[in-house]
Amino acid sequence: MNKLYETYIKKEALPTLFCSGCGNGIVQVAAMEAMEKLGCKDEVACVSGIGCSSWIPCYYKLDVLHGMHGRALPFAEGLKLARPDKKILVFTGDGDCAAIGGNHLIHAAARNIDLTVIMVNNYIYGMTGGQKSPTTPKGSVTKTSPWGSMDEPIDAVKLVMVLGATYVARWTTAHPAQLAKSMAEGMKHEGFSFIEVLSQCPVQAGKSLWKEKDSYRIMETYKRMTKSCGSLEEAGEGKIPIGVFRHDNQREEYASKLKTVTRKQKG
Amino acid sequence: MEITIDKACCKGCGICLKACPKSVFGKSRKRNNYGTAMPEVKNAEKCMACGACERLCPDGAINVERKAKE
Repeated sequence: MNKLYETYIKKEALPTLFCSGCGNGIVQVAAMEAMEKLGCKDEVACVSGIGCSSWIPCYYKLDVLHGMHGRALPFAEGLKLARPDKKILVFTGDGDCAAIGGNHLIHAAARNIDLTVIMVNNYIYGMTGGQKSPTTPKGSVTKTSPWGSMDEPIDAVKLVMVLGATYVARWTTAHPAQLAKSMAEGMKHEGFSFIEVLSQCPVQAGKSLWKEKDSYRIMETYKRMTKSCGSLEEAGEGKIPIGVFRHDNQREEYASKLKTVTRKQKG
Repeated sequence: MEITIDKACCKGCGICLKACPKSVFGKSRKRNNYGTAMPEVKNAEKCMACGACERLCPDGAINVERKAKE
């Protein structure tokens, strides 16, 4: 058993309910590595919504709030304002964060509130049986798009960058060391940190998008599809840029802003 | 180097077989608690303790104990 499991995982809840070869487990290990690196286990609280990826924090020996579908960010914002001393990790999926909770994502990013959002993007609604999600590539055949998806996929990284999130990164499950480093940076950073992780779903997305059920081959596809670079424009045609796109410490954080306002009001 | 694979955690996805740069793991006839095929440590002497298997195992089944050279 992984050494980090001793300190971070509730062993009585094992084995995890993820399918064989699911990328969520890799994200789980990377988040544990990041917490170990910072040594901040007692300061961390996790919030999640509904979906496969929202089960990631439920195995941690930490304060965990498993909320409603799409509403992970409102819960997390409330928790941050009530307990500004906590570092809050939010685990959501692509459907949870970009579809049902899209509005909350927009406002949380615009507020620049100190949260670390980890969006596990597997390009499909995995838990409910393989329906099209907002990030599903154009033209892919899924259960709810039998003639090929007609919608343009939403790029959540671009969206939060436009709105002014102050730490933005994207990695894949094939880059676990970089992902853990990014998570540690995001937790340390004061402001809205958004990390998108391209993850493999060998069962649902494997069947309809990648035509491949071997999870390592899907990870290799991710390696081929992506290019590590410092900005979104550098990647070139047909490649998905990965890396840290923004790390800005200048903008004021929402919880501290609120504190100064309330202090002024009280006199 | 001492590599152990937990029978209760492993789900037999086979990521470690391909992720290891030195092909330390190999297929075996052993079964895990799920009843799927479990990998086996075949070339432990080749291991360079890069930690790729530990990080990429989605179920945290692999542990690599790094030992000083004697």
